[in-house]
Amino acid sequence: MKSQLIFNVNKAGVYTTFQDMGRYGYQRFGVPVSGAMDTFAFQVANILVGNQRNEGCLEVTLIGPELEVKCPVTVAITGANLQPQVNGEIIPMWQSIHLQPGDILHFGRHQSGVRAYIAIGGAFDCPLMLGSKSTDIKSGFGKLIEKEDTIYGYPAQKKKRFGLSGQSIPIYDKSIDVAVIEGPHQENFTQKARESFFNSFFTVDTNSNRMGYRLKAENGSIETIGDVWSDAIPFGSIQIPPNGQPIILMADRQTTGGYPRIGTVVSSDLAKIAQLPPQGKICFHPISIEEAQDRAVEMELFLWCLEKFRQDLN
Amino acid sequence: MDFSIKPVGDRAVKVQFQQEVTPQLNMKIKSFCKKITGLNIEGVVEVVPAFNSVTIYYQPFRETYLDLCQKMNSLSVDGSENEFEEQRLIKVPVVYGGEYGPDLQRVAKYNQLSLEQVIKLHQKPDYLIYMLGFLPGFPYLGELNADLATPRMENPRKSVSAGSVGIAHKQTGIYPVESPGGWNIIGKTPLQLVDLANERHPFLFEAGDLVRFCEISETEFLEIEEAVVSGKYVVEIE
Repeated sequence: MKSQLIFNVNKAGVYTTFQDMGRYGYQRFGVPVSGAMDTFAFQVANILVGNQRNEGCLEVTLIGPELEVKCPVTVAITGANLQPQVNGEIIPMWQSIHLQPGDILHFGRHQSGVRAYIAIGGAFDCPLMLGSKSTDIKSGFGKLIEKEDTIYGYPAQKKKRFGLSGQSIPIYDKSIDVAVIEGPHQENFTQKARESFFNSFFTVDTNSNRMGYRLKAENGSIETIGDVWSDAIPFGSIQIPPNGQPIILMADRQTTGGYPRIGTVVSSDLAKIAQLPPQGKICFHPISIEEAQDRAVEMELFLWCLEKFRQDLN
Repeated sequence: MDFSIKPVGDRAVKVQFQQEVTPQLNMKIKSFCKKITGLNIEGVVEVVPAFNSVTIYYQPFRETYLDLCQKMNSLSVDGSENEFEEQRLIKVPVVYGGEYGPDLQRVAKYNQLSLEQVIKLHQKPDYLIYMLGFLPGFPYLGELNADLATPRMENPRKSVSAGSVGIAHKQTGIYPVESPGGWNIIGKTPLQLVDLANERHPFLFEAGDLVRFCEISETEFLEIEEAVVSGKYVVEIE
């Protein structure tokens, strides 16, 4: 099948990239995972348009692009509310909509969250590199979407419209409390440092991005003791560099790191961080591995049911 | 058993080995990774070795932390079976100094050695790749001769070209891709450490390999470089 022109990019937005669930399987060679920052919103977008959950989407950051539609296509927009519009009319998020050639998909004022996902029914024509469509510029995979780019793809046959009900749509707050599993470097923190970490409010620095969220403690800093050997760093790891101000390592993090880590944000809370804007507030509380895994299973079950429901609809 | 297991979030576990970081431990880690991978556990996504630990990424809805711990505790790792395992030795041709190694002089001066001595000492050991990280395909090599240890540059370069061979503190390494960097660049290899067009073997190195640097002339560098680009060069591996 030949790919068709889907969108002309009239305006690019500030940081618009192709992302999927990430480039897994090559971390032992030093290749970052990358992938969607908010994997929940990302997967829902795909499900709503009837795709496999891992199909590549556009990830849009704070200021969205302006896209001119060039062929009939089904679209779903999830994640941050950046006031998506078609030809000047605000369109609903978290549901699939049909667009026609000549329609202009654009975004208005920022309402909440940071990252929105644009899925099309079918697939974007974007090269698979090491098995993934994720853009990771620093590692040499893909590039930013730019003005006057043309975006090609393989639009699927029109499917019934489908949406998420109100109570299932996440609300993105500017002040969040996230759950953390402590470790793996417990021995590099005193009880006092640990308490100070869990009792502090932190502010997200403007110098935060897809690699990491830099935090600033409202009072003081977190002390570490001794050095650690470099080891693998999962999404959500909280490392404490020598200045004592935590960094939460996000999608584009390096595969390994050498700073002591006080904990790891549980996977079901990562979306909240991915949607927390600069100057947002964050605090942490410890939970057990068992509870964290129960929540991860619950989230997976929700996505699985949604996917089933979508499939039965067609 | 001489390792402990810790959760690193709800999607990864870290297997921490207790002994010193040595080539023997590295062998043991390699063997452990092979065994874990060999179990073909459904929820395991990937296995990432480091200096004295292995991190296993998994999907909590396919495998729980406790079940995974049990499976790992049942593995025996004494490392003895490694005697028969092959270790690759990869020869890496390097042109030292000049425009290819602008900081060779600095390393020599800092350690009060001649340029020839630095080149000779740098080629002397076979370096073990303890792990890959920092950049795609970047090898963490041990052990650099202590007489060559040189602090990082105070002003990192905005761009270091792919193939550059550098020294920082007690480490030596090779830049696999162009990157900003503060290492003292003493030479350059024409080999490609990362080749994404090569779908079967995109990376030249893996953890556990040995690297031997071999000095070449500028003419040889250009010849090898051309052969690499046209896909005709065969890397020497023992």
